[in-house]
Amino acid sequence: MTGLAESKNGTGREATSNVREPSGYRGKLFEWLLIAIAVAYAAGLLLAPLVAIIVGAFGEGLRAAVKEISSTDAISSLKLTLVMAVGATAVNTVFGVCIAWVLVRDNFWGRRILNGLVDMPFAVSPVIAGFMLILLFGRGGWLTPITDALGVKVVFALPGILLATIFISLPFVIREVAPVLAQVSADQEDAARTIGANRLLTFWHVTLPAIRWGLLYGVSLTFARAVGEIGAVLVVSGGVSRLTETSTLYIFRSLDDRNYVGANAMAVFLAALSFGILMVIEYFKRRTEQTQTT
Amino acid sequence: MSSVPANLKGSPAVASRRVMLPWGRWGLRLTAFLYLGFMVALPLATIIRNGFADGFTAFWADITNPTAFSALKLTLMTSVLITVINAVMGTLTAYVLVRFHFPAKGLFNALIDMPFAIPTLVTGVMLVALYGPQRAVGGWLNAHDIKVIFATPGIVLALLVITYPFVIRAVQPVLMEIEKGQEEAAYTIGASKWTTFRKVVLPTITPALLTGGLLCFARALGEFGSVVVVAGNIPGVTLTAPVYVFGQIESQNQRGASAMSILLLALSFTLILTVEWMQNRNGKSNVSS
Repeated sequence: MTGLAESKNGTGREATSNVREPSGYRGKLFEWLLIAIAVAYAAGLLLAPLVAIIVGAFGEGLRAAVKEISSTDAISSLKLTLVMAVGATAVNTVFGVCIAWVLVRDNFWGRRILNGLVDMPFAVSPVIAGFMLILLFGRGGWLTPITDALGVKVVFALPGILLATIFISLPFVIREVAPVLAQVSADQEDAARTIGANRLLTFWHVTLPAIRWGLLYGVSLTFARAVGEIGAVLVVSGGVSRLTETSTLYIFRSLDDRNYVGANAMAVFLAALSFGILMVIEYFKRRTEQTQTT
Repeated sequence: MSSVPANLKGSPAVASRRVMLPWGRWGLRLTAFLYLGFMVALPLATIIRNGFADGFTAFWADITNPTAFSALKLTLMTSVLITVINAVMGTLTAYVLVRFHFPAKGLFNALIDMPFAIPTLVTGVMLVALYGPQRAVGGWLNAHDIKVIFATPGIVLALLVITYPFVIRAVQPVLMEIEKGQEEAAYTIGASKWTTFRKVVLPTITPALLTGGLLCFARALGEFGSVVVVAGNIPGVTLTAPVYVFGQIESQNQRGASAMSILLLALSFTLILTVEWMQNRNGKSNVSS
């Protein structure tokens, strides 16, 4: 395109100098126009609301915001969110690696079905995900007799929130680990085993180091998604008890109660947390891409 | 990475073990099936059972009642609109990111994934903070008779934010692979910038553009967290299909909720399958070429 001569990522591009490209003053102007449109669009869509919410949270002073975020309800909701996100991430990491291995290394008649099932949580609206759990574990649900016999309450209780969080964040680890795993040659694993390593040792010393960046990328995406979930959790938690209130539910209730400072303060806190996670995600993503190109 | 630790090397006792332990393989298969069966297949089965509990006629009546139908229409229309906007702006942004150099490009590139990290409910709260009637921008717009929050523009904005990365991230890698030489060749024979884009760049990125667009659309169909905050959820006006499902659950109309859920599920699953099919096809054509 325009301004090729200035482009920095090409080495030895001098050959292009004899190309009659539509560059010059007008070309440069056009280039900057496109850049301006892209940047202005992103700034208006993503940054402006971010600034507005920070102003909104601290609009009544830093003290008011800090008071809201350190209230008993806010703190307990943050704790619950953290516990649920860590729990869901742990479960999805263990099963995700298993399933990714089965999808990549194994070949049998049911593989395509499994592959299709993995994508379902991305296709399902979170509200519907929560609703499915109510149908399964609520009154007259297929699994209600079992949970009743065990004396476990799932719907409108913590197990329901955990299951909902697991469901909506299920595909990430599998979808990030599978392509990396596909690039690790099975020969290396076979080699390790022929010289006597058992399965677990092979996985630990050969497979895991090779997939680690992809795995961490998937794990961080899972965690980010788990922290931010509202639809599914809102439906299964019932929103009755403050014992089952996650941070996003806290925001939701604060909005209903017209406690805008509280809602904005918690939203800013979650946004800041997400930014931290985003940095981690970007780092792992870059490492994953490096692994895949080498 | 390929080196095997020294402590594994001298253990002849297990050297003769078969490379593939059948029980290990079956164990993993079983784990995968049980986990996905319990977590995904069973919930899906129960919702389908519930939606058709009173037969197809009841299902049809649940879908076509005025509130449900207008919610579905609103969701479909806003989803189509944001998909089109994303296709244009996403392609432009990806093109700018791949082809041009400008200050803080790395920062911009990292910022693009922001909607993936920020909770969708927080996105909604942010939009209210900016465009709410009592806020600076919202107040100014209100004075000019433009309503964003608790109106359709708010829904469109929320959907645009949460689907922002999809097209960019789909198109970007493909654009990177197009050799500049192809574009340069088009210039040498006198093609204009627009012609070059249309005849050289666009055909190459079309599959990626479709993939990104379909993902946007599927995501927009099911979006709840951001929309529920900004839309106002007035039945027949700003009530979207996912929020409608939520309302039906709250008012204990499980069959109605199931019916709309099944319709949304069928739609988005078809889309996801289409994406997968297209990606497979592209993968194959890449290999064969």
